[in-house]
Amino acid sequence: MKTLFDKIWDKHLVKTLDESSVVLYIDRHLIHEVTTPQAFTAIKAKGVKVFRPSQTTATADHNVPTKNQHLPIVNAASRNQVDTLTENCETHGIEYFGLGHKNQGIVHVIGPELGLTQPGMTIVCGDSHTSTHGAFGTIAFGIGTSQVAQVLASQCMIVTKPKTMRIIIDGELNHNVDAKDVILHVLKALGSNGGTGYFIEYAGRVIEEMSMEGRMTICNMSIELGARGGLIAPDQQTFDYLKNKERVPKGTQFIDAVDKWAKLKSEPQAIFDQEYLFSGEEIQPMITYGTNPGMGVQVEEEIPNALNNSDKKALAYMGFESGQSLLGTPVNYVFVGSCTNGRIEDFRKVANYVKGKKKASNVKAYLVPGSQKVLEQIKEEGLMDVFNAANLEVREPGCSACLAMNEDKIPSGEYCVSTSNRNFEGRQGAGAKTLLVGPLMAAAVAIEGKIVKL
Amino acid sequence: MKREKVNFIKSSIVPLPISNIDTDQIIPARFLKATDRNGFGDNLFRDWRFDENNNPENNFPLNNPKYKGTILLAGENFGCGSSREHAAWALFDYGFRVVIAPSFADIFKENALNNGLLPIELSQELCNSILNETKQDPSTELEINLENQSVRVIVSGEQEYFKINAYKKSCLQNGLDDLDYLIQLRPDIEQFEKAQKKEVIATNEI
Ligand code: SF4
Repeated sequence: MKTLFDKIWDKHLVKTLDESSVVLYIDRHLIHEVTTPQAFTAIKAKGVKVFRPSQTTATADHNVPTKNQHLPIVNAASRNQVDTLTENCETHGIEYFGLGHKNQGIVHVIGPELGLTQPGMTIVCGDSHTSTHGAFGTIAFGIGTSQVAQVLASQCMIVTKPKTMRIIIDGELNHNVDAKDVILHVLKALGSNGGTGYFIEYAGRVIEEMSMEGRMTICNMSIELGARGGLIAPDQQTFDYLKNKERVPKGTQFIDAVDKWAKLKSEPQAIFDQEYLFSGEEIQPMITYGTNPGMGVQVEEEIPNALNNSDKKALAYMGFESGQSLLGTPVNYVFVGSCTNGRIEDFRKVANYVKGKKKASNVKAYLVPGSQKVLEQIKEEGLMDVFNAANLEVREPGCSACLAMNEDKIPSGEYCVSTSNRNFEGRQGAGAKTLLVGPLMAAAVAIEGKIVKL
Repeated sequence: MKREKVNFIKSSIVPLPISNIDTDQIIPARFLKATDRNGFGDNLFRDWRFDENNNPENNFPLNNPKYKGTILLAGENFGCGSSREHAAWALFDYGFRVVIAPSFADIFKENALNNGLLPIELSQELCNSILNETKQDPSTELEINLENQSVRVIVSGEQEYFKINAYKKSCLQNGLDDLDYLIQLRPDIEQFEKAQKKEVIATNEI
């Protein structure tokens, strides 16, 4: 009785090395400028070229400006990194979506959007949020640069098999609760290492009824639980999303593909190493108050007691105290974007809230679409006009303030409500204090200038 | 690439008993713009080691001259967050050869092993006891034997065995990496592709 994870894993096993290490075949390799230069150097040192260049796709996202992308990158080190990727892709015949290309964007946004991500695949990328692609029923996980070199050189990597976990979210979600709240709720319950050593399958009615965008948000943050990745069995919703995507087979080939994809399910009797059950009704809008994504509360709850030195250190960094309510806390920075919440559905939610309102005068907001396609859609759907009218500026695609490698940094000491995935110390800029939220709370803070009830 | 062979390590430790140390702390993102692997040690724990004016934070253990050695002792879930291998490079470049913690994040553990940095999981009890002994006497040394998979506190004789998978252990002991192995496996991989093409990667080819 196999789980979905086992089914996909077994089909990709090239060789078993010892009781835990295997050689796993990788269908799709995604790369970006930051974690690859040293990998190309490593394979060059071995005197080999990329083994299967057609199965690798590259984009520039982590280290790119979100303004004036048509001009040369000002920061010399960033420019050099992007140029190095461009050269490496040319040398090895790898498809590359650089700045200005209509397919450019955050690597985990463009994969699904182009249909590069398809059910049953193994997908890796030198980025921990590769787990996002699991929303399509794939085994997708982040890898280090040495492993990027392995995949470039052999389309395979040496890995150990994780244990399996199932997280079932049954019932129905409350009004104003979305996928981000669901995963922050799970993180609060299981902690930021609750999934270490596991690969998660998400299931249950809440997941079944969730959009593909929402499923991506959930799978995206599997890594925040410490899991290698998280996946969801493909269903009609998945097939509808993929239909007519650029890289997805068309016509009868699509019908054949769907036949095959529809079989990708855990068998009813399959046993997971660990299982958790949540009910949708218990989930409320969430916000984090600490320095790891497991440190979250319901917006209307108070900050719990710090149990140990690490918690105390986190509260001291954030400038909060146990027992304090976050409601009313003034916040000067808002970031909407990232591979967690930088897709069109997220911008629709923000637009819907801010329509006819004005940005609070204390707020500086970064609205950063996940990809060129998302930006196009924002324009096509008339959302750009809504944002302009609210005094909210929409920037060009990239990772931006999610990791603050480019100029988009939150100043030291400032709070930022952010739709991204990590609230680590200094993640959004040295000394910056991040509060993770869903798109709706981000919109509310942009308008109100402080944390409010939803 | 030939690496240093790892087998027997004897050293005092640098204690950093904080849980959930993420790779953004180990090496902040703004230092990831390099295209080679060198020099990351300078920015290891940058924002904990130095204040805003680049003066060393005297309270931070790595700046405390009492604590020396090639072993870092950390809290649970060490290396969580970003997959950046730069974190392993930075620790190694700074001079660490071993990180001991009650638990590690999965990707960090693999990155460390791929770079000759040995991640060792010990019980919380032994971690606490090593910490206490080091606080009392910073010259307390540990003896690590990879062959036996053991860690011993020299002065007290406390000892524990740790787990490591057999394949990775032999890579470390022989200074080998996975890349050579996979490159010579290419013919087998081609065979696999032929056999599996219809099943697995059919839709890739369209
Ligand atoms: S948006 Fe943030 S989390 Fe996502 S890939 Fe970019 S840096 Fe990583």
